[in-house]
Amino acid sequence: MSAAEAAVAPLVRRRPPARVRRKRLLVAVANHSVLVAAALAFLLPFLFITLTALMSNEQALSNHLWPHPFAWHNFHDVFTMPGAHLLRWMANTFEYSVLATLGVVLSSVPVAYALSRLRWRGRDVAFMVVLIALMLPPQVTVVPLYVMWAKFHPFGFNFIGTLWPVIIPNWFGDAFSIFLLRQFFLTIPEEYMDAARVDGCGELRILVTVVSRLAKPAIAAVALFSFLYTFNDFFLPLLYSGESPHHWVLSIGLSEFRSLHQVQWNLTMAATLLVMAPVILLFFLAQRAFVEGVTLTGVKG
Amino acid sequence: MERRRARSRAAWRRRRLVLILMSPWLVGFSVFFGYPLVMSAYLSLNHYDLLSAPRWVGLANYRYLFSVDPQTWTAVRNTLWMIGVLVPLQVLSAFGLALMLARARAGVGIFRTIFYLPALAPPVAATLGFVFILNPATGPVNTILSHLGISGPLWFQDPSWSKPSLVMLGIWGVGNTMIIFLAAVLDVPRTLYESAQLDGAGPLQRMRYVTLPSISPVLLFAAVLGVIQGLQYFTQAYVAAGVAAGQASQAADVTAASLGYPLDSTLMYPVLLYQHGFTDFQMGYASAMAMFLFVVSFAVTLTIVLNSRRWVHEAGR
Repeated sequence: MSAAEAAVAPLVRRRPPARVRRKRLLVAVANHSVLVAAALAFLLPFLFITLTALMSNEQALSNHLWPHPFAWHNFHDVFTMPGAHLLRWMANTFEYSVLATLGVVLSSVPVAYALSRLRWRGRDVAFMVVLIALMLPPQVTVVPLYVMWAKFHPFGFNFIGTLWPVIIPNWFGDAFSIFLLRQFFLTIPEEYMDAARVDGCGELRILVTVVSRLAKPAIAAVALFSFLYTFNDFFLPLLYSGESPHHWVLSIGLSEFRSLHQVQWNLTMAATLLVMAPVILLFFLAQRAFVEGVTLTGVKG
Repeated sequence: MERRRARSRAAWRRRRLVLILMSPWLVGFSVFFGYPLVMSAYLSLNHYDLLSAPRWVGLANYRYLFSVDPQTWTAVRNTLWMIGVLVPLQVLSAFGLALMLARARAGVGIFRTIFYLPALAPPVAATLGFVFILNPATGPVNTILSHLGISGPLWFQDPSWSKPSLVMLGIWGVGNTMIIFLAAVLDVPRTLYESAQLDGAGPLQRMRYVTLPSISPVLLFAAVLGVIQGLQYFTQAYVAAGVAAGQASQAADVTAASLGYPLDSTLMYPVLLYQHGFTDFQMGYASAMAMFLFVVSFAVTLTIVLNSRRWVHEAGR
């Protein structure tokens, strides 16, 4: 927090008069009070969700705010309820996230390299096309893509009803990742590449050994965002696997959870918490990568 | 002669390298972007239900979309409402939080984490949580309000409160934008503030003449991204309508009947597109809707791309 502290360091080196100091103290107190109030408001939904997740069904349907007794077994019941294949959904989500993230990183790094460190005719146009692809809503292309997957039966394999139509496109470059990686590659000093070239490295080897290593933070950010995006994704998995519960991901399973269990708010909230948990856990494990990554997208974007 | 051949060989090798590196995107762009765009334009001129072959109908889909279907303009109005209300509120609240965080003396890390966490919550989970918290009968918010002697609104059950409820959900998830703004605010050179103060500028004037101009590119960029995301707004509207409708009917099933619940008040343009394309399988009509969305978002995007160099330049130092 050194940057924040530096930002509030006193402007004047001399000790200011008592009146000014009192005013500054009041401003600081007011500022912190508003911050605390806002923080409470932001925490309240989490609190209510958690408390309800720990209630019995009758309590959740009453006006009680505090669970008594605490129904910890809800978190166990969620896994054993008929129709709710939480473990199955987790496995599907994991499959989607890992395969998609791997594809995004492997296919976007070379494209971003060509768009940033190599000079060729048409490069700026190609980059603009990436930007346009990045900003167009997925709904624009979704109908023909669905038709394409529905009519495509290699060896009699049916893509509709599986997650493959959602996973495969990630292996052919992702516009957002290309954009983010390109912005980062541009900041790597040319001297590193020149040194490698003098040592007799080809461009491909420079990409693999020099650039990839220097760009580790950006690659980590891309992998992180891709994981988050796929973990949260709802629209595309719903289109392709919405009708086949065996291939549901967590987000679809959760949205259908209440229809599987009528009005059991307590179990629904327990499942909601379980879906939030991996992301929040990941945040605390990789807090710096998160904040740096978000900043990278915003300030450099 | 010999040298020229060597040079052209080197140039060719270089082109081949670019081609190899670009190949994932070349394939990805043509198959998952270029082809569907062209196909979308073609399908929009056809009647197509996936089962029988497309039947040419000319501009009939567009005519029906713009002048007959009453849901089109409901969906357009709802989407514009969300963009018009949510985007300014998100930018304002993110900016306010970032400013307060930049001035805070203690607990910055904790506050930052608290404001950022909701942005991480998966949209489906966050929406489900909000529909429960705001449920009119037993929800904690209306329970607390009734203790205070206020009878709370019906939130997601009331056509005039459903969109404001979605806006609250959107503001809860403002953390990403807040982090970006905070970085931008902290990046404003201290010397600018010092010289402004020497010139006798008060806190409000420093905000007006130092902070705002310095970070305006970032604010603008966030607003534009918000518009783009607003055009795609789907998940929260879809889930909230489905769950709230199920709760009201006790039948509890997310079906086509629940889309837009209550009374089409959450029927966003992408939700209507989903309904026509993927519950009614009117692929031609849905393509016409997609083309309209394409034209609108392309216009927005082009404006941004053409101006982005200026904004990026001003944002960087």
